[in-house]
Amino acid sequence: MIYLDNSATTRPYEGVLDTFTRTAERFYANSSSIHALGGEAERLLESSRERVLSWLGVKEGSVIFTSGGTESNNLAVKGTALMHMSRGKHLVTTRVEHPSILETFQSLESFGFDVTYLEVDAYGRVDPEDVQKAVRQDTILVSVMSVNNEMGTVQPIEEIAAFLSNWPKVYFHVDHVQGFGKVDLPFHEAAVDMCSLSGHKIHGMKGTGALYKKDHVRLFPLQHGGGQEDGERAGTENLPGIVAFTKAMRLIKEEQQEKAQELQRLRNYAYEELEKMAGAVVNSPKRGAPHILNFSLPGYKPETVIHSLGERGIYISTKSACSSKEPDKSSVLDACGVSGEAASSALRISLSYSTTETEVRQFITALSEVKASLIKTMEV
Amino acid sequence: MEFDHILIRFGEMALKGKNRKHFERQLLENVQFRLGEFRRAKVKKTRGRMYVLLNGEDAEEVMKACQQVFGIYSLSFAIHTENELEKLKEAVLSAVQAENGARTFKISAKRADKSFPLTSEDLNPALGGHILKNTEGLSVDVHHPDVELKVEIRHEGAYVTSKDYPGAGGFPVGTTGKAMIMLSGGIDSPVAGYLTMKRGVEIEAVHFYSPPYTNERAKQKVLDIAQELSRYGKRIKVHIVPFTAIQQKIHKDIPDSYGMTITRRMMLKITEKVARQQGALAITTGESLGQVASQTMESMNTINEVTDYPVIRPLVTMDKLEIINIAEKIDTYDISIRPYEDCCTIFVPKEPKTKPNREKTVAIEQSVDFSGYIEEAVGNIETIHINGKSEGRKQESFADLF
Repeated sequence: MIYLDNSATTRPYEGVLDTFTRTAERFYANSSSIHALGGEAERLLESSRERVLSWLGVKEGSVIFTSGGTESNNLAVKGTALMHMSRGKHLVTTRVEHPSILETFQSLESFGFDVTYLEVDAYGRVDPEDVQKAVRQDTILVSVMSVNNEMGTVQPIEEIAAFLSNWPKVYFHVDHVQGFGKVDLPFHEAAVDMCSLSGHKIHGMKGTGALYKKDHVRLFPLQHGGGQEDGERAGTENLPGIVAFTKAMRLIKEEQQEKAQELQRLRNYAYEELEKMAGAVVNSPKRGAPHILNFSLPGYKPETVIHSLGERGIYISTKSACSSKEPDKSSVLDACGVSGEAASSALRISLSYSTTETEVRQFITALSEVKASLIKTMEV
Repeated sequence: MEFDHILIRFGEMALKGKNRKHFERQLLENVQFRLGEFRRAKVKKTRGRMYVLLNGEDAEEVMKACQQVFGIYSLSFAIHTENELEKLKEAVLSAVQAENGARTFKISAKRADKSFPLTSEDLNPALGGHILKNTEGLSVDVHHPDVELKVEIRHEGAYVTSKDYPGAGGFPVGTTGKAMIMLSGGIDSPVAGYLTMKRGVEIEAVHFYSPPYTNERAKQKVLDIAQELSRYGKRIKVHIVPFTAIQQKIHKDIPDSYGMTITRRMMLKITEKVARQQGALAITTGESLGQVASQTMESMNTINEVTDYPVIRPLVTMDKLEIINIAEKIDTYDISIRPYEDCCTIFVPKEPKTKPNREKTVAIEQSVDFSGYIEEAVGNIETIHINGKSEGRKQESFADLF
């Protein structure tokens, strides 16, 4: 089996599963309970929090554990909007964000928020100058992802942050779900106020993730209740998931240290091979994140290609798994100006640090075979 | 070239004549201890100076750590090089370039090694000229320069330093004796401990523990605070005194309004006993005059009556906000505000005497025999060693999960 759908989700590390079970067995007490077992669970929870900060490479700020990227994004966007609407109702994001951002912003429009959706270039990259033009006196939030989930485009977070540091009242949120462990964020110097992370994209467990925020950031909670997570995310903490997530952060950081160049090499190899393949169009930027590659086979229905590859034990996806059940074309590619045929025949491979060169080679061979055996079902 | 050294200058201790050797040795030991986590860094001592050889450790991080060591007056990053003009030129250029934003500079060369061919007067223009030739927008200002580059030619080679960073001041911990601090877990006592250490005092702590009225987490809080404080010294012994029986006895047999005053007297008596056992010559508390009922002038007078040990009260004249500022700076504030009850907040009488009468208090106290209780409490002390180096917090039991 060759699994090339790591941006949809990843296989948990063995060590992560081990930590999950051991924590679930040993530390089942509620960390809010005042007895000794609760105290132990609380220390474990706080210890996780400190470690998350250190894996992010930051000294200050806090961590809210959530159920994953979608919740972190919702909390960052709605939490800011509801908390600070008295100061302004203007929000800025881009046209190529993940649905958990885009849909959230759209939902806020119905409450009278004014949202600016920034345009992007042919590779999905936003121009920092456009951010400058968009920000106004009543802007309270700018949200830009670090790595695009469909294209692998790396956004100029540092430049945007540098500009926004002149606007201390505008929160800057970065959806870092696809970036952590692959593309480093310049937290230290950059004025990133909030950052979303997901566990299952980095070989952690599903249902885990976090929202990092700087100390001055105040959010309106989406879930009210027992005051957990400093009152900003109520609900008994998923301690086994949290500890497993923390461990996954460490493990992927270690892999990044060792294998970043190798991953980059594999992606470059796949990029060149796809460029050479007759009838294939590569949509991703050449210098993008080292694990995501988007391409189109104009004339071929993506579902057909995916099923044919699936028969050979190779698993890839069309655009993002979160929106791939809809028949219409990718809104990200649309924003990039990719036209009709290429936009509706887009496919994505996403690698992990355990992907091997043999696997990539087999995928390329299988893809050309599949292409040769299939009949074009759409007009080019 | 990069800054490869940190130069350490001593403060007041340089004045202390005969004790100087002892002070320097202690400071060397303390710096070495504080830098333990930076494995490659080496500390060396020359006459009246100390240098940290970075050997590739993060210069900023090592600087921050050194700035926490008491007994240091100021510090600078330094480049060590051979006594050769070309090397010196390269070094001053690197040093000035590391100072982002500087517009004016000055060179102050000093030739301790007279075998070096150029005099200080020759060196200043030679080195300054090299900088002017190789940079843009920099000019010389000998009166108010943004950066003063000091060049010292010594037998063992030359040192080029620029900006001065302030040290923590005070004396090296361990040079002025030992005090026993009463650590409740509140905001004040850690600050008192920190300030006592600043004057070179080694501290040990006493904590009164009243299970089941106070819980394990209140005790953990105190250990975490001791852990933070131990960064400024070395190790701290925390003596956990079982205090439940005494508190219950007071609650039962002493009139309510005198309960608080007598409780404090018991604590001070026990602390003095522990101090005596451990060879500490003073007691330190976080009392600030007038802050609470037990810290009025009358209360202090009545409570202090039980001991003839000197009681050091570094916070006595400080306002709460001043205290909080320091607590935040030394990272104990967030620990102190954890909401667990300590032994001072349980059994609080509705109307404690804010102006207890000394004679009356003694008379009331003598009507009850506490001696057995005190002996038992002192006999059952649990002593925990907090080691400034490793994580003293209870993480061992689950470190393997991460």
